[in-house]
Amino acid sequence: MLKPPRRTGLVFFPAFDWAISPNHPEREERLLYTQDQIFEEGLLDRENIVEYKPGLATFEDINRAHFCVPDAPSIVTESHLISAGGAITAAQKVLSNEVDNAFALVRPPGHHAMLVVHGARGFCNVNIEAIMVEWIRHHHGPKRIAIIDTDCHHGDGTQDIYWNDPDTLCISIHQDGRTLYPGTGFRDEFGGPNALGTTINIPLPPQTSDEGFLMVLERAILPIIEDFKPDLVINSAGQDNHYTDPITNMRFSAQGYARLNERLSPHIAVLEGGYAIEQALPYVNLGIILAMAGLDYSQVREPDYDPARLRQSPEITARIEQEIESLLRMYKARQSMKTRLVGGANYLKRQKAIYYDTDGISEQQEETVRVCGDCGGLVMIESVADTGNRIFATILPGRCCPDCRTKGEHFYERTNPGKYNRVFFQDREKGVFLTK
Amino acid sequence: MILGIDVGGTHTDAVLMDGLTVVKKAKVRTDEENLLASLLAATNELVDSRVSVQLHRVVLSTTLSTNAIVQNKIDRVGLLLISGPGLPPQLPVFEQDSCFLTGYTNHRGRESACLDDGQAANAIRQFRAMGINHLGIVGKFSPRNPHQEMALGRLAADQMHHISFGHRLSGHLNFPRRIATTYLNEAVWNRYRRFATEVLNFAAARGIGAPICILKADGGTIDIRHSVEFPAQTILSGPAASVMGILALAGCQSDAIALDIGGTTTDIVLFADGAPLMEPFGATIEGHKTLIRGLRTRSIGIGGDSVVDYREGELQIGPRREGIAAALGGPFPTPTDAMILLGMTDIGCRDRAAAALQPIAAAMGAGVNQAATAIFRETCRKISVAVRALIDEINNQPVYTIHELLEGRLIRPRTLYVVGGPAQAMAPELSRLLACEPCVPAHAEAANAIGAALARTTAELTLLADTEQRLLTIAEEGFQCEIPSRFTREDAIRTALAKLREKASRMGAAEQDMDLEVLEAQEYNMVREFRTTGKNIRVTVQIKPGVIGSLTPKENRC
Repeated sequence: MLKPPRRTGLVFFPAFDWAISPNHPEREERLLYTQDQIFEEGLLDRENIVEYKPGLATFEDINRAHFCVPDAPSIVTESHLISAGGAITAAQKVLSNEVDNAFALVRPPGHHAMLVVHGARGFCNVNIEAIMVEWIRHHHGPKRIAIIDTDCHHGDGTQDIYWNDPDTLCISIHQDGRTLYPGTGFRDEFGGPNALGTTINIPLPPQTSDEGFLMVLERAILPIIEDFKPDLVINSAGQDNHYTDPITNMRFSAQGYARLNERLSPHIAVLEGGYAIEQALPYVNLGIILAMAGLDYSQVREPDYDPARLRQSPEITARIEQEIESLLRMYKARQSMKTRLVGGANYLKRQKAIYYDTDGISEQQEETVRVCGDCGGLVMIESVADTGNRIFATILPGRCCPDCRTKGEHFYERTNPGKYNRVFFQDREKGVFLTK
Repeated sequence: MILGIDVGGTHTDAVLMDGLTVVKKAKVRTDEENLLASLLAATNELVDSRVSVQLHRVVLSTTLSTNAIVQNKIDRVGLLLISGPGLPPQLPVFEQDSCFLTGYTNHRGRESACLDDGQAANAIRQFRAMGINHLGIVGKFSPRNPHQEMALGRLAADQMHHISFGHRLSGHLNFPRRIATTYLNEAVWNRYRRFATEVLNFAAARGIGAPICILKADGGTIDIRHSVEFPAQTILSGPAASVMGILALAGCQSDAIALDIGGTTTDIVLFADGAPLMEPFGATIEGHKTLIRGLRTRSIGIGGDSVVDYREGELQIGPRREGIAAALGGPFPTPTDAMILLGMTDIGCRDRAAAALQPIAAAMGAGVNQAATAIFRETCRKISVAVRALIDEINNQPVYTIHELLEGRLIRPRTLYVVGGPAQAMAPELSRLLACEPCVPAHAEAANAIGAALARTTAELTLLADTEQRLLTIAEEGFQCEIPSRFTREDAIRTALAKLREKASRMGAAEQDMDLEVLEAQEYNMVREFRTTGKNIRVTVQIKPGVIGSLTPKENRC
């Protein structure tokens, strides 16, 4: 069961001088007891665990993953540049083979930040995984990347950014959106027309325990990853599925998290949410680090851990089994789904209403995708927020086909900037970012 | 007058000082089997009955604890460990004499699992049956609440010869290091206590009434009577003595580099604002990573007597040493030979140096002078690379606040102090490579003894205040008290400084040498269910290493 020790990088940045607001869960104290545990266990003395100082992300890094309205400097603070920079540092160390895998234990989190950013939602301003993923592609060439979001909340931001990207597999497991923020993440959210089946959502009923999570991992997540054949696996490691988390209703344990990371074996893990800062985080983080480093995690337990009390009911097990079965059926049929969905259309549109709970902003969005058999397809977004900001964005996908490129460049040129506060152009293949 | 003695591995150096003036120096060979004899021999050369009454301070730096550990002349120690959930500690040396007990204290200092007295009594009985009568007691998170360690201590007190407690040895978190530190402390306790007693008896017999201090790994001193409970702190005091000597001789006030270039190795130390930098977690001895405060010294395998070779188109210097320089009768060419040939030093035989360097010159296809220049430059270059690597490592140390990450202070040395045999010859080239002002302090050959003589008492203390639990804990002092819920960070700093002052004066510090410093003072609002329930306050204070009194060196200043 125990894998041989691997070299594991740790980018630990608790930002002890930053909080969203004085009584907010995303506060200075959040990683304090995790730090205590890491220090007390002597983890940093282990030869195969190396700690790195986070680098600072640049606005250029952010513009590869987002359209910040009106621009990146007005959306992000230093804390975001550091937490995104920490994720990039983790990736750097893995891709340069300095370490086998790395965990960016940084805050603030990012997985609710979508492609267009008018403000903060779900404690997130910018999406630190997406910024890292685009950094990897910009510096290390096109890569197939799987992001497994194990936060208790649906990773709707990451899903939004990669909705139309067939080279990025986004799998989110989370508490059923009917019972928890942000209220999305259902099975039928399955990706854009050119990327069906590279967005996967597995909602789980409240009170799901280790057994349920690990069942989903073994029966759905690992087989789909194997089918996708990624170059890199990333865990968006939220820790709020824990049985003591104050804002969710799940029953996952430190043992479960460790086992999940051992089986998933991510190249990079990035901390997301998790606000049981005393009863869960020290033990969950310890479990994840040990599992990634191939060290013995069998004795990592919360002091009040009682597996019998946390066992899930047979009804929950049955519901999860059913969910997995339906998902796999849908996944197998994803090729034929495209014809049904697209029909004869050349472009598909979808409308979205996005609420920024942290900043109290409402946004209306229309997304237009070019139906394309050769690449992820040209995407155009028109977005207006009740702040009065109106923007238009054109996105060329990574590995963009000549047709989508010509059309995209043409649309950007032709867009009348007079109608908008800002017009953006993002070329994910060549790493070009323009505004007018 | 002050008597400073450094009992080193090969030599014992002693100085008698009047203020900053060296009155007399002595050097005798160290008798490894009888350190006390070496100590007496050095003292006898400097101190007669007239001097002994004028002494107001005696400081010893001794390899006793270090040697005991290196040579394994230690007592068998039973370890009672309260490990709780988490990573099982690796116990390479003392596995068979360790016993894991139930019980647990968490990061807040709350007991979340009880001790089992029966189980503990049984373990103590077994140790007794194995002939073990030295005990170390170590609990996970014991610096947060030493209660369980103390409870075990009460159970074992009358059955053991002596007990060392983890929480008394350091306020820092690191369970594996706490185990190693406690183990080593107890393992050398008896031997060290005997030595301390003999020193005290000798001093009494010689009419020396002055306080006797011992140098610690952090370059500070501790009263010998007080040191008996903390012998582990006296390990690795040799390198600390030299560093403190450089500090005393050169009057360093800024960021600086100090190099001690020996025959086999070169030791590197960095100073920030005139204070030597400490190991971030603690000193390492014989593979044991400890929590003992120690100077951050980096040793590299290049010295004046390193073997020089030319292989695969490259000069190889060290880390091997096969004796002294060829010019002095040694078997192989060395950097010292290169310096002798180039006329940079007037020791040794120049012709022998040339003969030894000839084969290397031939292999390089160069003249012997050219080869010597290349060897000299390569030696300096390698040392400078190691220095730069250490500076980078320190400047890239992880930090945990946005403020420190963006505004953090970086070490930028401007002065280079060099001591050791080739100091004069190498200082100009090294300082050019490192873009520093060179300085070779006077009396450098006795820097270690001078450092011991002039080092002041150092101490550190960590305080935790939890206003939700209304509890203040200074585990190192075995101190806990109740606090009001309004207790603030400023209150905590005030309490910590007062306790540090008490501790330092117990350790032998003079009032004018108590240069107190707040290392860390953090305060966190504890928020539960969107409501602030209290504050978690953490304060660490210290007296940093430095030179005693108001002595500021002038004449020796670079």
